[in-house]
Amino acid sequence: MIKKTADVVIVGAGIQGCAVAYNLAKMGCKDVVVIERNTVSSGSTGRCGAGIRAQWGTEMNCRLGIASIEIFENLSEELGMDIGLHQGGYLMIAYKKSEFEQLKKNVELQNKLGIKSKIVTEDEAKEICPLLNTEGAVGFTFHQRDGHADPMLTTFAYAEAAERLGVKIYKFTEVIGIDVENGKIKGVNTSRGYISTRVVVNCAGGYSKEVAELAGVDIPTYSERHEILVTEPIERVSEPMLMSFSGNFYIQQRPHGSFIMGYGPEEHAKTHAVNSTWPFLEEMARKFVRLLPALKDLRVVRQWAGSYNMTPDAQPILGEVDEVEGFYLSVGFSGHGFMFGPITGKLIAELILTGKTSIPIHMLNFRRFERGELIREPAVV
Amino acid sequence: MADEKMEKDVVICRCEDITLSKIRELIKKGYTTPDEIKRLTRAGMGPCQGRTCRDLILREIARLTGKKIDEIPMPTFRPPTRPIKLGVLAQSEEDGE
Repeated sequence: MIKKTADVVIVGAGIQGCAVAYNLAKMGCKDVVVIERNTVSSGSTGRCGAGIRAQWGTEMNCRLGIASIEIFENLSEELGMDIGLHQGGYLMIAYKKSEFEQLKKNVELQNKLGIKSKIVTEDEAKEICPLLNTEGAVGFTFHQRDGHADPMLTTFAYAEAAERLGVKIYKFTEVIGIDVENGKIKGVNTSRGYISTRVVVNCAGGYSKEVAELAGVDIPTYSERHEILVTEPIERVSEPMLMSFSGNFYIQQRPHGSFIMGYGPEEHAKTHAVNSTWPFLEEMARKFVRLLPALKDLRVVRQWAGSYNMTPDAQPILGEVDEVEGFYLSVGFSGHGFMFGPITGKLIAELILTGKTSIPIHMLNFRRFERGELIREPAVV
Repeated sequence: MADEKMEKDVVICRCEDITLSKIRELIKKGYTTPDEIKRLTRAGMGPCQGRTCRDLILREIARLTGKKIDEIPMPTFRPPTRPIKLGVLAQSEEDGE
């Protein structure tokens, strides 16, 4: 049987849900339940591109990005499980002059905030990645502390550490109702029984909108299918994540040896579908072979897809909902939920327990859409 | 003792070098689906895409949990089934048209 009461009920056991649960327990709030329809990291988190970076174009994202990297750097030790961290850096490649101008501005902002990113020359880019074909590129930026962490291991590490502190994670359990009375959270109805609680955190990833609807709250998130593939493993031949906004790709060799890569679809269909397509395979292969021609004989072993949970300004929605006391959102990460998870998990836990956060996130509150205070981030694929 | 030694020696996933003892340890910990075991160990993520280990893992889960094999959720089969060279894929349009 599942518990009948809890101080906090979290919906979803992806990176957000598990990181919020762990941080709550670490701060002393151990009566926490995580409800997961499938299993830990089975949704967007387990399907993501595994990149982590601080090279952003807004102050807020830079602050969140570097704070998250700082947590990642000590996370294997803190959680007691190897999370597959590899900081080979992100090499940003601009193919347009205007794009390079923006990257330069981003570096300036990043440096001001203590992020040691830099503009690099073509020769330096080739030193960072000797196999790189730089044809057509007009400029590069690089930040060594960016890189890779294993999304699945990281999430399981959070989940297991949370459980050791007393958190209960119920897999194959679905939230079917959120009970609201007089504008306050009263409980959660699940496929395995009712749990009384005053606090619910929506960490439902691709299904954030549907979960918010259960509490009678209409949030402007929607899901988009993004495809990705992975190759057979080979010896280490490339350190950095190669990324370009105009080139529309990200490609990185994982610590394990395989290359993981993806790009954003030209037409973003609002869908929960996560099937794979042949055109993606061909177009991705063309991008890869153009960029790393020496690796053309590398074999693709698997392709899949996952949901980006999007918002109108491609920035997450974090914080409590005004209309429903005790209903918190940690949703709409628009493709960057894994890399921000360690810091947002901590901040949401702080917000729930103390009402304050160590890094300001009020600008990411749900009410920004009503006020028209959207955020413009120039550094997204 | 003999059984323990066998567990450590028997490789279930040859692509990723995952042993029977590792699989059994995870099942006992409560990871009772092939997807969870795959995400934690990479068993089934290698070049053969689980052709060898998938059934072996299912059987171990069934044996240790007392469930029937058809009660255990199967992992998703993902394309392209057999490894294909990126260079070959990159040329496919030019050649085909």
